Amino acid sequence: MKFTVVVHSAPYSTQAAASAYRFTKALLEQGHDVYRLFFFGDGVHNTSKLTVVAQDDTNWQQQWDKLIELQNLDSVVCVSSAIKRGIIDEAESARHELDAVSLSSSSQIAGLGQLIDATINSDRVINFG
Amino acid sequence: MPGTNSSKIISVISRQAPYGSNRAHQSLDIALAAAVFEQTVNYIFMGDGVYQLLGNQNATSIQSKTLVNALETLDLYGIEGVYVDSQSLTERNLKPSDLSLVTSIVSRDEIAKIVQSSDSVFNL
Repeated sequence: MKFTVVVHSAPYSTQAAASAYRFTKALLEQGHDVYRLFFFGDGVHNTSKLTVVAQDDTNWQQQWDKLIELQNLDSVVCVSSAIKRGIIDEAESARHELDAVSLSSSSQIAGLGQLIDATINSDRVINFG
Repeated sequence: MPGTNSSKIISVISRQAPYGSNRAHQSLDIALAAAVFEQTVNYIFMGDGVYQLLGNQNATSIQSKTLVNALETLDLYGIEGVYVDSQSLTERNLKPSDLSLVTSIVSRDEIAKIVQSSDSVFNL
């Protein structure tokens, strides 16, 4: 079955993003297709590459990044949610004359149309958070 | 836009009050995006979500956008299926005349039917 996973929550604050991660992994392990990951609202914090955690903690952003890279997933971050939370890619950094890029290179910034497209083309859309 | 353009029924259930969290705005953003992409949208207000529909909102003093102004434009986007849970109104001592846009006041059973008929549901 074709799934889209929507992540609404930041990591570390609630369990939701971690559950979304493990759910996505479980989908792939069971042979399902992931049409798209969509990070919305506070969920965009899962795609920062500028995070550091204590040695005995899980770096969820890094976990997502590895999973997306390894499985070649389509990972989209909502533009209006992202840029106001400091999740910035090279294009936004240049456009707004900022001096940093924070978005993991495995994800891309796009509009809500990508969520609607995913809804149209997936058998199931599962929301976390 | 990749993929097909077939029209689906997307229901958005909005259950949070307009300003305490961003959920009300996110519901609106999803509903509008779905309408722009020519999907059939059901917009359902339940629980504290019914507070989003009250008139005389003014969020300028909290540096926010007044949500109800945007909700009043739903029909311009072709969103005709706007539903309010009757029980949620009653629980909050609100009447249909307190709401600033025209909606269908529906029972929980009717909401269940709308959900059942939907291809996808966003519950925020």
